[in-house]
Amino acid sequence: MSKHTLSVLVENKPGVLARIAALFSRRGFNIDSLAVGPTEHPSVSRMTVVVDVEDSPLEQVTKQLNKLINVLKIVELDPGQSVQRELVLVKVRTDNETRPHVLQTVELFRAKVVDVATDAVTIEATGSSDKLSALLKVLEPYGIRELVQSGVVAVGRGARSITDRALRPVDRVA
Amino acid sequence: MPQGQPARDNGTTMSGAASLIRSLEAVGVDTVFGIPGGAILPAYDPMFDSQQIRHILVRHEQGAGHAAEGYALATGKPGVCMATSGPGATNLVTPIADAHMDSVPMVAVTGQVASAAIGTDAFQEADIRGISMPITKHNYLVTDPAEIPRTIAEAFHIATTGRPGPVLVDVAKDAMQAMTTFRWPVELDLPGYRPVTRPHAKQVREAARLMASAKRPVLYVGGGVLRARAWAELRRLAEVTGFPVVTTLTARGAFPDSHQQHLGMPGMHGGVAAVTALQKADLLIALGARFDDRVTGKLSSFAPNAAVIHADIDPAEISKNRVADVPIVGDCKEVIAELIPAIEAEFAAGTRADLTGWWRQLDQWRDNFPLGYTPAENGELMPQYVIERLGKLIGPDAIYVAGVGQHQMWASQFISYENPNTWLNSGGAGTMGYAVPAAMGAKAGRPEATVWAIDGDGCFQMTNQELATCAIEGIPIKVAVINNESLGMVRQWQTLFYEGRYSNTDLGSRRIPDFAKLAEAYGCVGLRCDTAEEVDATIEKAMAVDDRPVVVDFGVHRDAMVWPMVAAGTSNDEIQIARGMAPEWDRSDD
Repeated sequence: MSKHTLSVLVENKPGVLARIAALFSRRGFNIDSLAVGPTEHPSVSRMTVVVDVEDSPLEQVTKQLNKLINVLKIVELDPGQSVQRELVLVKVRTDNETRPHVLQTVELFRAKVVDVATDAVTIEATGSSDKLSALLKVLEPYGIRELVQSGVVAVGRGARSITDRALRPVDRVA
Repeated sequence: MPQGQPARDNGTTMSGAASLIRSLEAVGVDTVFGIPGGAILPAYDPMFDSQQIRHILVRHEQGAGHAAEGYALATGKPGVCMATSGPGATNLVTPIADAHMDSVPMVAVTGQVASAAIGTDAFQEADIRGISMPITKHNYLVTDPAEIPRTIAEAFHIATTGRPGPVLVDVAKDAMQAMTTFRWPVELDLPGYRPVTRPHAKQVREAARLMASAKRPVLYVGGGVLRARAWAELRRLAEVTGFPVVTTLTARGAFPDSHQQHLGMPGMHGGVAAVTALQKADLLIALGARFDDRVTGKLSSFAPNAAVIHADIDPAEISKNRVADVPIVGDCKEVIAELIPAIEAEFAAGTRADLTGWWRQLDQWRDNFPLGYTPAENGELMPQYVIERLGKLIGPDAIYVAGVGQHQMWASQFISYENPNTWLNSGGAGTMGYAVPAAMGAKAGRPEATVWAIDGDGCFQMTNQELATCAIEGIPIKVAVINNESLGMVRQWQTLFYEGRYSNTDLGSRRIPDFAKLAEAYGCVGLRCDTAEEVDATIEKAMAVDDRPVVVDFGVHRDAMVWPMVAAGTSNDEIQIARGMAPEWDRSDD
């Protein structure tokens, strides 16, 4: 198995997420991570889906996704040719003795503290999956009270945009 | 109506419901199968006044759905069914799933509870859009009356183009009750829907190159050829190349059975020649077929020495089950039309493999292993004989509609199909109960045609309530019930794989119900036939009735089995021509 990052441009319409999630489940494909959000076009949303499959089932996933009427375009992003990021918010137990160590870790990882309480700090960090798991590994001994992580979002490197040609003019009339 | 022309009442203020009916008229709907109920009631009021739309009031929504399928397959136009919210809509689930599996163009319109009540578990509320997502090509929930015309236009466009399929339009009751301005024509807003119909020229050339040099080619024809209305092109391709043809269960009739190059049906109950031709081929030209498990048997041992050219309008079918060496995405009509000159060019350039040896081999298989059956020792009427006689006496111009099971396989095997769209059945989904309502839909769409349902006694009891619809609406279909008082195909598997332990397959339907009396009760003619001597006379008697539906109860031998058979999950090489009897290949390999 290997991980593949798919950028899926979809029409911003009700039910689209359900269609995509249902398709993955029905065809027996596991979603590793999923992130959905708006794009520079108000009518278009972008999903970043990370799937753990071999190449030939991946082709089937892509083809099946393409059959969904609301799907506009699918691009697989090569890890070497794209920037892939996820976000983590983590609440770490701290006291007067451990707080400086935790803050030092935050600095080393170029993360930041977004909330402080007497016995905990909440840290926000962005980065690749590898970087974030390294951070979490270092924080773990202090005691992780709560952890929330976003799905991967990804964009190709260079000037080209995958959203440019996604919406073609509609010239069909009933 | 011509594309882009303003429809009648364009720009008029009317209710959303009236706009729905106007939109259905504008896309050319002439027949709707359905049942009204609370949430869809607003639509039934303006439909009452429609001069164009005939609404056929069925007895169960499943019947409406299969009737829409039968209508679609017999006419080539999309079938339309209508139901109310909740149970009305969920009763459509089976026929929608059926249409999805067999790529039948169909639009289902359902009423939904008022938009303010959606999500509150209101009376007769069901999330039919959510429920039908995996079994529709696309679906809609409309809550804004202004969206109704565009949604209907898109639904019909999607259902009928590309790979055809069912589209469901769920309309909230308040959207039908509110006033709106009817606008037609409407712009379709489908930026993500661009089916490819024109094949890639390079792929066509590559296919022609392989075809010209193949020594053991087979044209593996699927239902897509019928959906693409490509039967004339197929015949030309077959005759230009001289290649043998096999037609799958859903493609029967796409190529005349009487044609010398036709080897028959492949698959689990296919003929020895058709199954073995695929197994021994060095090139398969799959046209609108999808390498279904019932055709391939154990996939890893299917056609082990064959290269594959796979043409299909749905890119997801290509290399889904069997990797294609030459994938061609496109409409079969255009693909075949372009293949013909390409292969002619190859032949003209002098590349043409000699197929004499291949044909000698095929003819031997055909001659040595014809379809057949052994009469029952106790002299009981054989189902195969009944079906054979039906085919002979009724002829190739009628439309035959089968249910699912043994009778379906025999109807596919023992009737000679000469014309496209004269064989309707539930292929992919295997929906018992398909025959009576689908025959009703076919007859409603083509009233001039003779339509025979060939049904089993199990199937018949699932949907025979539509005989009432047929009798009252003047849709005189004919039904041959092949009554072996069992769930026959299941029983056959119990005989073969469960040591004859007949758990729950005995229906007792020679005693209860009395099908002939049941038919009479429904206002149909009921006939009965239990002996071979009476078969022809009974069929002729049924054929003479044209003012009412006819049901003939053929009491047949219950131990008859469908042969040949490739047991589920085994290789096509393991084909048996009778119980425990493999073909004696030596006889043909000499």
